[in-house]
Amino acid sequence: MKNIRFIILGILFGIILSKAEVISWYRIYEMFKFQSFHMYGIIGSAVVLGIILFSFFKKGTIKNYLGDKIEIEPKKKGFYRTIIGGIIFGLGWGLIGACPGPMFILLGRGVLSILIVIFGGLLGVLLYHIIKHKLPH
Amino acid sequence: MDFILEPWPWYVGGPLITLIMFFLYYFGKKFGISSNLESICAMGGAGKLHEFFAFDWKKNSWNLMFIVGTVIGGFIAFKFMTPDQAILLNPETVTDLADIGFQNAGAQYLPEELFGLDALLSLKGGAILVIAGILVGFGARYAGGCTSGHAITGLSNLELPSLIAVIGFFIGGLIMTWLILPLLF
Repeated sequence: MKNIRFIILGILFGIILSKAEVISWYRIYEMFKFQSFHMYGIIGSAVVLGIILFSFFKKGTIKNYLGDKIEIEPKKKGFYRTIIGGIIFGLGWGLIGACPGPMFILLGRGVLSILIVIFGGLLGVLLYHIIKHKLPH
Repeated sequence: MDFILEPWPWYVGGPLITLIMFFLYYFGKKFGISSNLESICAMGGAGKLHEFFAFDWKKNSWNLMFIVGTVIGGFIAFKFMTPDQAILLNPETVTDLADIGFQNAGAQYLPEELFGLDALLSLKGGAILVIAGILVGFGARYAGGCTSGHAITGLSNLELPSLIAVIGFFIGGLIMTWLILPLLF
């Protein structure tokens, strides 16, 4: 069961986002209202440390568990897909205060309503792939 | 031990997220949650609806295990690590929310007005939940990532597409919070 390590990482991630209150709708609301530094501090510190971490990956100072260089897959390019997709995502994030990670974490708290949100998320993914050839990318 | 039971400040939460990202890369994987939604569709037989979903979702089973873990983590944090469920908010936020019809803001992690049973069973409440989910799922895959893939991983990798996506996340979030939410409630 090689995947057990990913279950453990997921458990830790669920605890971290719960205890840092990232999964709280209110924390997302106040972020978009610029009324608290909390979420900016979380994302900002994660990114600053991430930039440092990735520079070690690129230099090869930190290798993976097999001793190989760690490669970071570049993101798909395209102005329209990232800006329009981003805005659509942001509308949903601002409304329900949960991005995909927190959706699953909230499920663990027994929040029944989040099942409907996850169902909507799956519908959205299906819809995107069905109509993607008609969209600008 | 008390520290564990208190809410964790940003300078604990942020670095720990980077630590999780480190371990995912160390074990030869990546940090991206929203692609799991595609795997779940594929697992559920969406390959019959669209060829895109005909991929072998089992190759992503490590990431599906990760989200199974997040569900367990959410349960553990809720049951054993959070004796006080209140979210300490800026009084301004509480007043703003009261103005648009959200009572007792911060009493729990989530507002009853959106997540409570009454909301779930009403037409408007149910529609909000489904539509929000559709926007998040559709937008994440159109943009090529969500908060984990773009805002954390992509920005850490100094990717221009991720910067544009995060600007988009904010445009959408600001429109929703400032213009649409007050109309909905």
